[in-house]
Amino acid sequence: MSDLVLETRGLVKHFPITRGIVFRSKVGAVRAVDGVDLQLRRGETLGIVGESGCGKSTLAKLLVGLEKPTHGEIRVHGDDVTRLSGTAWRRTRRTIQMVMQDPYTSLNPRMTVGDIIGEPYDIHPDAVPHTGQVRAVQELLDLVGLNPDHINRYPHQFSGGQRQRIGIARALALRPEIIVCDEPVSALDVSIQAQVINLLEGLQRQLGLAYIFIAHDLSVVRHISDRVAVMYLGKIVETGHQAAIYEQPTHPYTQALLSAVPVPDPRLRGRREQIVLTGEVPSPADPPSGCRFRTRCWKAQPGCAEHEPLLEIRQRSSHPSACHFAEPHNVMRRF
Amino acid sequence: MNQEILLDVRDLHVEFRTRDGVARAVNGVNLRLHPGETLAVLGESGCGKSVTAQAIMGILDTPPAHITGGQVLYRGVDLLQLPERERRKVRANRIAMIFQDALSALNPVYTVGFQLAELFRVHRGTSRGEAKRRAVELLDQVRIPDARRRVNDYPHQFSGGMRQRVMIAMALALDPEVLIADEPTTALDVTVQAQIMNLLADLQRQRTMGLMLITHDMGVVADVADRIAVMYAGRVVEEAPVYDIYGRPAHAYTKALLESIPRLDHKGRQLNVIQGLPPALTDVPRGCSFHPRCAYAREICRHEEPPVYQIAPQRIASCHFVREVLGV
Amino acid sequence: MSDLNAVTTAEAPGPAPDRPRRANRSLAGDAWADLRTSKVFWIAAALVVIVVLMAAWPSLFTSADPRDCLLGRKDAGASGGAIFGFDFQGCDVYAKTVYGARDSVLVALCATLIAGVIGVLVGLAAGYFGGWLDAVLSRFVDIMLGIPFLLGAIVLAKRLSSNPESNGVLAVIVTLGVLGWTTAARVMRSAVISAKGQDYVAAARMLGAGPGRLMFRHVLPNAISPVIVVLTILLGINIAGEATLSYLGVGLKGDAVSWGIAIAETGPYARTAAAPLVWPSVFLAATVLAFIMLGDAIRDAFDPRLR
Repeated sequence: MSDLVLETRGLVKHFPITRGIVFRSKVGAVRAVDGVDLQLRRGETLGIVGESGCGKSTLAKLLVGLEKPTHGEIRVHGDDVTRLSGTAWRRTRRTIQMVMQDPYTSLNPRMTVGDIIGEPYDIHPDAVPHTGQVRAVQELLDLVGLNPDHINRYPHQFSGGQRQRIGIARALALRPEIIVCDEPVSALDVSIQAQVINLLEGLQRQLGLAYIFIAHDLSVVRHISDRVAVMYLGKIVETGHQAAIYEQPTHPYTQALLSAVPVPDPRLRGRREQIVLTGEVPSPADPPSGCRFRTRCWKAQPGCAEHEPLLEIRQRSSHPSACHFAEPHNVMRRF
Repeated sequence: MNQEILLDVRDLHVEFRTRDGVARAVNGVNLRLHPGETLAVLGESGCGKSVTAQAIMGILDTPPAHITGGQVLYRGVDLLQLPERERRKVRANRIAMIFQDALSALNPVYTVGFQLAELFRVHRGTSRGEAKRRAVELLDQVRIPDARRRVNDYPHQFSGGMRQRVMIAMALALDPEVLIADEPTTALDVTVQAQIMNLLADLQRQRTMGLMLITHDMGVVADVADRIAVMYAGRVVEEAPVYDIYGRPAHAYTKALLESIPRLDHKGRQLNVIQGLPPALTDVPRGCSFHPRCAYAREICRHEEPPVYQIAPQRIASCHFVREVLGV
Repeated sequence: MSDLNAVTTAEAPGPAPDRPRRANRSLAGDAWADLRTSKVFWIAAALVVIVVLMAAWPSLFTSADPRDCLLGRKDAGASGGAIFGFDFQGCDVYAKTVYGARDSVLVALCATLIAGVIGVLVGLAAGYFGGWLDAVLSRFVDIMLGIPFLLGAIVLAKRLSSNPESNGVLAVIVTLGVLGWTTAARVMRSAVISAKGQDYVAAARMLGAGPGRLMFRHVLPNAISPVIVVLTILLGINIAGEATLSYLGVGLKGDAVSWGIAIAETGPYARTAAAPLVWPSVFLAATVLAFIMLGDAIRDAFDPRLR
């Protein structure tokens, strides 16, 4: 398919656990991302949800090149970029950019907004002729809804929502095709979140961007995503169209996750099904054998400890689900 | 619900005197809490909800904070007039508080069991053995598995959710009548959040405590609250039973807020946006403080502070256009 | 009416009103506002300005020549311009004290500069690259800190000033510089480590920025302020260090005029004439204290945790 812009195959990131300072020895590994396959098409939004420690932030870092994968491929327009270096690597950087979570730490406090948004042009001098740089930055400011005259201000002179717009402008500077959004609104106030979500949606329509949208807030992810992938302990456990994931979830973890999300409607109180998970998320340094969710799963059978369920379309699941007993169950059904 | 009033906050004013000027963080807040009731105080950061809670608890840092007016009546006694010694007694025994960040609220160098037992020994004069026994019992009540063993663990050995349970156990140790929970689940994952909220609701029911839940999360509020007070720029702009507020908000801010959040149960169309930012508390707009962001704003909103309208026996709203917002 | 449209037809996200939360305030701005109200800061700053003026233009303060000594005036009391009287060699104590500021401040300034450059570079390298380089550099700093300052300084200064012709200025500068950089390096290292982990550094890396740009454009500017505070304090310590070495006879000598030498020379005669010993000592103590207080005040102002 020609409109496939990004694809990962068997993406793995293990962080070694070491002892000692001068003489290090490896004593184990945190398996933060452990075999992730995903596809992203032009102009599409893929939402990635999961709880803290599921590896979604590490996945984001792998995609934008902040971490090198242990195994696996990241293909941009069909070319594996994990083994690139030097100039070629920097060229691919221009295709994938990122919007970070915290608008307060992601902007250098000692640089003006003009310098921050213009930095991509300093690093890639061929992107925009030097004389046009100020104009280009002002156009970007205008594009994200900020006053172009504020080019000489410092980040601390802006509010959180405005800073997030600056971060978005920086990500857009090199005209990327893909933007990885890592919790882009979770640090913002409720009334500001909608502003930024709408901005991202508007930019996507206008520029034909593809988003990887990572968040722990399942309501926001549903709102913005076309397709959704659910992660648990470094693996995708279920993926599909947003309506399929939210209305016909087949993996027990997805069902538990959805049932736990509070819905702003008191009439549903006590009429929604609540699946309360017992136990805690196991350590990613020592994940359970077989199915990783089996230690907290109410459907688990002895076989789950031996056979790892593959992420595939199953008899009762029309979309890929990594559960031997995948079966749709709408936890949000109103009684 | 019991009509007896546990906590009655009347016309509370708190200001912060800083270099940037005087920030009026709380500007005439009135709240009431009954036994066995959950009152949610809802608002965005900087609306004064946490400052109100801290003023009730008497844990504001003075300076820069100064309580410049109002009363905090606990069973008819004004806590603000009590000497510090008496105040501390009330704080330990009758009104307790839990925070967003459990790790910093617990002392890292003592075991959880020691910290719990200490409470009984200092405030109740319980013997060492008895105190330890009750510590285990409490950890059991907040559903920490294997409490007998975990009582000897240090705070950092617990996960985020378990730590929140420990803090709840400490808050409930002396059987308070009022529990103030300031964003208790904001730092937690959704599945853990659900566990903690269920636990809080159960404990409240067992003890018929008054629970004041301070949060920005409209979802959590819908699940547990009996009444909601919506705060904006240091004021309660609307107060109503939970079903009314979600069904028919009476203040323009509440309405806009409800329309701006994405919903889990259907993929909505474009979100309605509240333009602009919450005001800086050093520079609150004249008239109605929400008017620069308000869809209903007219000339009068720029000049006149809206009165508090009693729109139903249990409902108040402070908006010039209550009728228009309600659609009557 | 127009506002009504704003909410119901929020098609493109409109610009939020550009009223910053806190007008034109940065960490530095806040720190300055703090400093402006600090008495300690103003006293220290005034003293520092006076000492620097003294060092640069001593003739502003006295018209007498500190080397113009007449044994006939030995131990004489205050008279005319010589408000502190004369010492055992008949030199004007006030003039000597004023002129002593120059070498004292010059030596301390140069030594601090050397210490600063070494400290910043070592700290930056250790903090930024980490790994084995950090391990090696940090252990080296630990070893340096293990050397007793006085012992190290005496040995080093003695080796360096073996030439009897020299006045010892260079030797003292190098000695103090080489022994004084460790604190700056440690502070720099930890500041670099915390700056390196900030999201804006990751953001620049993501754009393809190289290590040079990351280090000098993003990390260094955000890590340098605590080091500047340390160096201000070090300046005071170095003034005292120079005096100590001079007093012990391994510092400045020959025709150099410094507080250390003055104290060393007049010490033995203090019982008969205290003034020649007391005044340079007072100036020395005041100057050292001024720099340390200045550094402390700036550090407090920059520390958000103290607000």
